[in-house]
Amino acid sequence: MSEKTLTRMDLSEAIYRDVGLSRNDASQLVESVLQHMSDALVRGEQVKISSFGTFSVRDKAARVGRNPKTGTEVPIEPRRVLTFRPSHLMKDRVAAGNKA
Amino acid sequence: MIRSELIQKIADENPHLYQRDVEKIVNTIFDEITDAMARGDRVELRGFGAFSVKKRDGRTGRNPRTGESVEVEEKHVPFFKTGKLLRDRLNGK
Repeated sequence: MSEKTLTRMDLSEAIYRDVGLSRNDASQLVESVLQHMSDALVRGEQVKISSFGTFSVRDKAARVGRNPKTGTEVPIEPRRVLTFRPSHLMKDRVAAGNKA
Repeated sequence: MIRSELIQKIADENPHLYQRDVEKIVNTIFDEITDAMARGDRVELRGFGAFSVKKRDGRTGRNPRTGESVEVEEKHVPFFKTGKLLRDRLNGK
């Protein structure tokens, strides 16, 4: 496996290459897309991107956790967590692309 | 929010861009992420989260209807970990 890490820069580079915007505009658009998705999630909305996947926010109840190192009990506050459910298309593509 | 609503929001904010270019931009972002994972690469979007590929070992599974055992091959699955900033924002911090 190659195990390269892509960043925002690679996404803006792809937009620069495919759509022909300036690198600066491309990077601002990547930022706006992430911002709009984050804002919707913070409002508690689901973000459903067809053929990519669904981001949803779930409420977790309070529970008693344990410090794995010391074994002491620590209260874990109720919190909101984000889950991502990949689409079938993405799962198939990732499975096929990484097949040994 | 669905893909078309996201595209509309970006289009409204960028009246100088053609709608079809905005569509292409949004689609490029998601396609690049999927392509990267299909190559086994990670995509790290600081503050938002990181997409990576996890390996699931092969196992002996069972057909839940018939109880018959079936060999499930090793496979790779997409994984997303929420970024710290977004995780904090979700919890009002």
